[in-house]
Amino acid sequence: MENRLETSLSGIRLNNPVIPASGTFGFGREMTAWYDIDCLGAISIKGTTPEPRYGNPQPRIAECGNYGMLNAVGLQNPGVKVVVDNEIPQLSQVFHQPIIANISGFSIDDYVFAARQMDQTDGVAIIEVNISCPNVHNGGMAFGTQPQAAAQVTQAVKAVTHKPIYIKLSPNVTDITQIARACQDAGADGLCLINTILGMRIDIARRQPVLANRYGGYSGPGIFPVAVRMVNQVARSCQLPIIGCGGVSRAEDVIEMMMAGATAVEIGAQNLVNPLACKQIIEDLPKVMDRLHIHNIKDIIACVNE
Amino acid sequence: MTQTQYIVTCNEQIASGIWSMRLRGNTAAITAPGQFVNLQLPGLFLRRPISVCDWSEDEMRIVYKVVGEGTRYMSRIEVGVSMNVLTGLGNGYDIRPCGDSPLLIGGGVGVPPLLGLAKRLRMSGKAPQVLLGFNSDKDVILADEFTRLGCTVQVATMDGSCGIRGLVTDAIPDHYSYYYACGPLPMLRALLAQMTQDGQLSLEARMGCGFGVCMGCTIQTQYGPQRVCKEGPVFRNTELTTDI
Repeated sequence: MENRLETSLSGIRLNNPVIPASGTFGFGREMTAWYDIDCLGAISIKGTTPEPRYGNPQPRIAECGNYGMLNAVGLQNPGVKVVVDNEIPQLSQVFHQPIIANISGFSIDDYVFAARQMDQTDGVAIIEVNISCPNVHNGGMAFGTQPQAAAQVTQAVKAVTHKPIYIKLSPNVTDITQIARACQDAGADGLCLINTILGMRIDIARRQPVLANRYGGYSGPGIFPVAVRMVNQVARSCQLPIIGCGGVSRAEDVIEMMMAGATAVEIGAQNLVNPLACKQIIEDLPKVMDRLHIHNIKDIIACVNE
Repeated sequence: MTQTQYIVTCNEQIASGIWSMRLRGNTAAITAPGQFVNLQLPGLFLRRPISVCDWSEDEMRIVYKVVGEGTRYMSRIEVGVSMNVLTGLGNGYDIRPCGDSPLLIGGGVGVPPLLGLAKRLRMSGKAPQVLLGFNSDKDVILADEFTRLGCTVQVATMDGSCGIRGLVTDAIPDHYSYYYACGPLPMLRALLAQMTQDGQLSLEARMGCGFGVCMGCTIQTQYGPQRVCKEGPVFRNTELTTDI
């Protein structure tokens, strides 16, 4: 039977375009308590670095009213060995859709090391290279804010891998299309955007930053228009497939993000406040598509650019 | 863990800035005292994690202090309002190692989850000693309810306006088999340094999700990083370091 929600990333078929974003879904296994995660298009698992990391000091979460939240988790993860040996095999037992391995690092060598491990791991379909974490110093976002550095990471990772490489871009730049084109020219297979927007909250009673890290990444419904704009800008200046991400909280947002130019869509902060968000969005999509006279979801990708 | 709707049946002030709310709904997911719920509030993105004070088959009680926007909103919620709640979160207290004379130590708004614990200890035939610390007599909560359960209650206040003057850590009895604590971090740190028997301590943290996926509330423990919302909020004293 025809699947109206089907989409594909670099030849990898997804039953639907809905993907929980890295950092908002753990390593997937934790979410099986809420629903059968096999309904998801794919899962982007928690960002992984070569060595285990605790991350930043507490507090590392702050609220932004109705609009979203700040996080300064700082890439807490058990290290690539544990992820490859334990987390991915355990996830593979309960999840039979593509797994997107999100990797991060503090040097080109870090990215190369983590990418090589993920490339050799069964179950990993796509490697998502995070060059946009705003919460770590001397790394992460530093690679995502200069076209040349972004190209270097892309090229180095491509040289040691066979699986599709998607570069996760930072919105904290003057012109995201420059970074996107640099990644494309360096051989990236796709792009994922946007990561969180650097933000700050102040406890006005204590006259202190809320976050111990002072600044953190802003996510949630408030960043959705920024994400749609950037996805559209990149779609108009690049040929690569795009995973759209940023503030998506309902089926209509998925449609909008795809119309802007995304081939698939990641859901982030919404998972934290509604653990059933992705499942509900997938269930709502056909109804919203009917209302909007969309037959196949693939038909709307980048339709605003036509 | 489950997401469910509760109806507010009571929401009343019980001390200075402290409110008690009763909610009717399915409590099947709550399996141990010391677990918490995460409340969705209109106009606020993140849910608010609040410890369960006590529960029955179809009713749950939470006791909370108004400290910010979320709890201020909660204090204005009227009877009959329906709330979206993630319930049965966290591990809760393990009553099995309590021994013959468990000691319950609560500080301020950390007292409420100990009431549900005291009730379950009483149901298993134990006679808990309860030590409660507050700043002043206007802050004292639930002391009479512990007494009604049949617990021996000692109150300590900083200004001496109720019970003995001083901190709970000044009033630790010589004899107890095991302890259960919930309260501010300085109190928990002092207990970790001072207590001679083992115990369990419940921590508080700023949370993103409340169910273990965002890593927002992680603390360092003797056994590596642990999530307050998932591996906790209750930790054994042997798991914690005094620099929590």
